[in-house]
Amino acid sequence: MLLTIEINEQQVSAKRGETILTVLNRIGVKVPTLCYLSSLSPTGACRMCVVEVEGLPHLVPACSHQVEEWMQIHTHSPRVLKARKNIVELLLANHPDDCLYCDRNGTCELQGLSEELQIRERKYISRQKPVQIDKACPSIQRDPAKCVLCGRCSRVCKEIIGVAAIDSVGRGSNTRIGTSYNRGLNFNACVKCGQCIIACPTGALTERKSLPQVIEALGDPGLYPVVQFSPTVPAAIAEEFGLKSNKDILNLLRYALKRIGFRQSFDISLASDINLTEEAAIFLERLQGNKNLPMFTSCCPAWVRYIDIFHPQFSPKLSPVKSPQQIMGTLIKKYITSSAGIKPEKVFVVSVMPCTAKKAEAEYDSEGIRPVDAVITVRELVRLIGLLGIDFDKLEPEPNDTAFNMSSSSGRLFGISGGHLEGLMRSINFLSTGQDLNPGKINELRGLKPRKEAKIRINKIPLNVIAVSGLANAIELMDEIENGRDNIHIVEVMACVNGCINGGGMKIGSDEKNLKARMKALYDADEEEMVKVAHKNPVLTELYEKFLSKPNSPGNQEILWKGNSKSQEL
Amino acid sequence: MDQIFEKYSLKKPENLIPILQEIQEKKGYLTDEIIEKVSVHLGIPTNRIYGVATFYDQFRFRRKGQYHIQVCRGTSCYLCSSSSYLKEIEKLLKVQAGSVTKDKKFSLETVNCMGGCSQSPVIRINSTYYHHLSVADLSRIIRTLREKSE
Repeated sequence: MLLTIEINEQQVSAKRGETILTVLNRIGVKVPTLCYLSSLSPTGACRMCVVEVEGLPHLVPACSHQVEEWMQIHTHSPRVLKARKNIVELLLANHPDDCLYCDRNGTCELQGLSEELQIRERKYISRQKPVQIDKACPSIQRDPAKCVLCGRCSRVCKEIIGVAAIDSVGRGSNTRIGTSYNRGLNFNACVKCGQCIIACPTGALTERKSLPQVIEALGDPGLYPVVQFSPTVPAAIAEEFGLKSNKDILNLLRYALKRIGFRQSFDISLASDINLTEEAAIFLERLQGNKNLPMFTSCCPAWVRYIDIFHPQFSPKLSPVKSPQQIMGTLIKKYITSSAGIKPEKVFVVSVMPCTAKKAEAEYDSEGIRPVDAVITVRELVRLIGLLGIDFDKLEPEPNDTAFNMSSSSGRLFGISGGHLEGLMRSINFLSTGQDLNPGKINELRGLKPRKEAKIRINKIPLNVIAVSGLANAIELMDEIENGRDNIHIVEVMACVNGCINGGGMKIGSDEKNLKARMKALYDADEEEMVKVAHKNPVLTELYEKFLSKPNSPGNQEILWKGNSKSQEL
Repeated sequence: MDQIFEKYSLKKPENLIPILQEIQEKKGYLTDEIIEKVSVHLGIPTNRIYGVATFYDQFRFRRKGQYHIQVCRGTSCYLCSSSSYLKEIEKLLKVQAGSVTKDKKFSLETVNCMGGCSQSPVIRINSTYYHHLSVADLSRIIRTLREKSE
């Protein structure tokens, strides 16, 4: 039902039940927000978006107040502006003045608000209680001193990830965003997905930096630094440096990486192809024995950690194959560089990932010679490129110099929710019939939807497959399976909504346009690529002849399966 | 604890506070293990339970002393300078609010309101309420209790 309200003396129609903020956004009136995120339930905690409604004694928060027929709203009246300014001044009262040294200098929302409301002096001074920085976790660092208690991180963690690893602790002026028993992120259920970092408006939550370690390794003449990157990285870098999509972004990125000082660069998609080849064989074996179905994919380390902590009864259903990052690291150290005569101890493998959980994954899988020595996020790579003064406009594309960069487009699709499953269906079909899946493009598994289901007939057997993204949605599916739903064959789970293209290591403040561009880059690569099935990747044939044995054979299990240190709890 | 879980057998979040209250009544205080068990029983993440338990002054994570001293910090008592009483007791017992003396004889905590606003400031030791005390009274009371326990 439509009703008419008045905003800044302008008649506007609105739907019943809409919040004032929704209407303001629609008609293009900008009010500052802090605790509000469109994907989360509004709390009205920060009062940043207050507006004046005639007839009401107090200002109301636009994000959580619903419109009503009689409303006459003023969004930027002197009273409102004064209130907003006062709120920011109060927030700044116990916020450390160390913007110059802060990780979020330039991307901080509090900084932005302070500028927008033209705060030029410290009006209130409060006693700052000393707080401890929580940096035991290999992925995420928490500095409660910079927290403004907007609660975005804890709401993301609860509503979208479904884990609630961080939440408000204490009361009143002693309220903190904290972890159970104040033990820190590394000792609770945190799955390290890093979505809280993306949600945080200030520098209270940041990734644990691996850059110093990488820079040191780059300068060490005794080491042979190589880099591997996720298939989502080229599009993310293009977006960050404003590269047009008609440029050869992949090879520009390769050149930039070479300029940084990496001797070789590898696209992790090759390892994704190996992952698909193994998983296809494992799945067919499980299907034949009707055992451990549905099979859960295991390429997302946050999801694997979730299963280990919350549903250990499901862990036999997880695919036992290592994630592409770990496979690629193993491949580089044990085969690619060692066949060139370089000792594995000398090789320093850096991965560039859109993910913070990968940092923890690399840290925990470190028995013997660890496959991956350091993981940097896309944000860290952007900083490294800036630090080393690399100008993308002047770069020439670097042609691919190694055979180990061949991958099928299935391998690249790992970057988006549904992509791994699509590739897996192609591989299973090829393995069981020797033919390409027709049509190879599975539309049901594409697009930005949290849950995608498809029914695909392979070798006359109808298979039900589901791709879910956002752990909270996966938890719903887990409940369905626990309650007896048994018609599913494969489940692909990505902890972050829409998969790695929206990972916790991506640019802060990415919007839907960015997501769509990253998604399009992956789907376009699939259109253009000739080799669409992992099994047809020519490099794979060579690898399986010289380095690996038959898919799903004991020899491969040793190299490619997850070790005994399953839960990897510190 | 199993009896308490049986009594509140439904997985409802509103059962959280009664469960915590009853467990604390029995055990005297809450521990990490208790929170974990309640979390499994109700299907609520430990962190949220910890958040609730730290929000309310009634829940404590430390054992009570033989004499449990509660100093009211409600508005009325606060205005009647209950905080100077708190400081005085902290000085006498050599412990901070929220902790127990080394000899386990006294524990000290602050509470929000005990409902005796007209008698502010109010202090409660075990089940006895004291009001309108002077600083000298305080040290006398604590001395007597200490002697009594020896």
